[in-house]
Amino acid sequence: MSFNATRPTLLAAPGVAWLVALMVVPCLLVLSYAFFERGVWGGVEYTFTLENFARVADPLYAKIFLNSARIALTATVVAILIAYPAAYAISRAPRMSQPILLFFAVLPFWSNYLIRTYAWIVLLNREGLINNLLRSLGYTGEPLSMLYTESAVITGLVYNYLPFVILAIYSTLSRLNPELMEASRDLGAGPVRTFLRVTLPLTLPGVAAGGVFVFVLSIGNFVTPALLGGGRFQMVGNLVYDQFLTANDWPFGAALGAALILTMIVLLLLQARATAHASGERKGEAAQ
Amino acid sequence: MNATLSSKLPGRIVLLLVFGFLYLPIAVLVLLSFNASGLPTSWSGFSTRWYGALLSNTDILRAAGNTFIVAVFATVISTVLGTLLALGMETRRRKSNGLEALAFAPMVIPDIVLAVALLTFFSRLGLTMGLHTIVISHVIFDLAFVCSVVRARLKHFDFSIVEASRDLGASGWTTFWRVTFPVLLPSIVAGALLAFTLSVDEFIIAFFTAGAGRSSITLPMQIYSMIRFGITPEVNALATIVMGVSATALLISQWLNRQQQVP
Repeated sequence: MSFNATRPTLLAAPGVAWLVALMVVPCLLVLSYAFFERGVWGGVEYTFTLENFARVADPLYAKIFLNSARIALTATVVAILIAYPAAYAISRAPRMSQPILLFFAVLPFWSNYLIRTYAWIVLLNREGLINNLLRSLGYTGEPLSMLYTESAVITGLVYNYLPFVILAIYSTLSRLNPELMEASRDLGAGPVRTFLRVTLPLTLPGVAAGGVFVFVLSIGNFVTPALLGGGRFQMVGNLVYDQFLTANDWPFGAALGAALILTMIVLLLLQARATAHASGERKGEAAQ
Repeated sequence: MNATLSSKLPGRIVLLLVFGFLYLPIAVLVLLSFNASGLPTSWSGFSTRWYGALLSNTDILRAAGNTFIVAVFATVISTVLGTLLALGMETRRRKSNGLEALAFAPMVIPDIVLAVALLTFFSRLGLTMGLHTIVISHVIFDLAFVCSVVRARLKHFDFSIVEASRDLGASGWTTFWRVTFPVLLPSIVAGALLAFTLSVDEFIIAFFTAGAGRSSITLPMQIYSMIRFGITPEVNALATIVMGVSATALLISQWLNRQQQVP
């Protein structure tokens, strides 16, 4: 190979330098702020304290954290419940049309997040399409207020992240060996049992990958709660936003951000373990 | 015959419902952008007046200009850095977990966290924030995506042709431009288009690193401030254009990626 030992390092150096200087260092810096006191004028007073972390655990804020986790979890479960049948149907479609179906399932994911969220304001609004539809169907009561509710926030999150979950589940379904299902059927298991005992366990890594993705992005989201929740639903993302842009309490905002990152790392590690576990099982089966 | 039909039917219904859920909201938005009254309450005839209104809205035009500047600069820088990083990572003899994590992190880190980290960092340095700080920040995740697209191509790259070129007496430089680069070009362009799309659409990091002035407002920031307080017909038209541009860039990017899978 013509590439000598130092060339790969030289090639990678500019990109690595960029990521270290502008991602790693800023993240460490903001993390370090979490250990200092808030200055009188909103800056940072360099006196060591753990109070910011204590405040994250304060019932007032812990409640917001738990509330965000609940909303994020609901969105995750709903997204998986919709994405699984969709991914399954795509994996059962004729081979030729699978890439096309998958492409169109993922396409909305690449369009602007704000616009996709805005589309739901148009639909759920009191003067919006759904209320108009109900009226034309003969509904005469008060227009339903669907916007600025928790359900609206969850709908927005599911809508925005669904394509990725479909993609993640499809990728495990498409790699599944169909002989395993056949074997299960031959051994007398019904379709439901085959699905629950064979297909589902083998595709759990995809479910986990998609689920972790939705959960992590939902819990730290501030755009969807702001737009579809009308600011009535504080989520961790909004709280971080407020500390940095309105309340000017950067150390506390930093501690909240650290909690967010920690949640993410724990979930990603769990997901990696689940995947390793599943592939280990598969290897074991192959060995038998 | 009947059996296959009945076994296909549930799948078709599921797909119909899911695709309906994914595309109806977008379709409604596009349709409304051509509604003369601009209101979702009734259809009052086909009209392009809201597109006309966009062209005379100086705030939107300036924001679009800013977005274009940011996306172009961020794309150029990240394409160069991302491609080099991909080459460096794929030609290493030993895989480094630290390096893998570093290149993967920008794609998974919650954007609010990266946004506040960069805001803290730039203000600690006493840097005046503006379009340049948005560019610097966008390059972080753009380069990670370019890198992953180019690496996917490099995994199937037959390095023996590089060897052949060197054996035949070509210098490392000539080999790169005449052998490696042409093979990688479709994936580099695909990565660049992806970076461009991501940059055009990115809101949160831009919002935090734009500084205070109105002069560095990007299109997503403009859209955000317009949709916070309900529906405006102009946004429908703007949304339609933005989605059209993103979808086109993505279609080209996908097409290029597909081309190279059939060597």
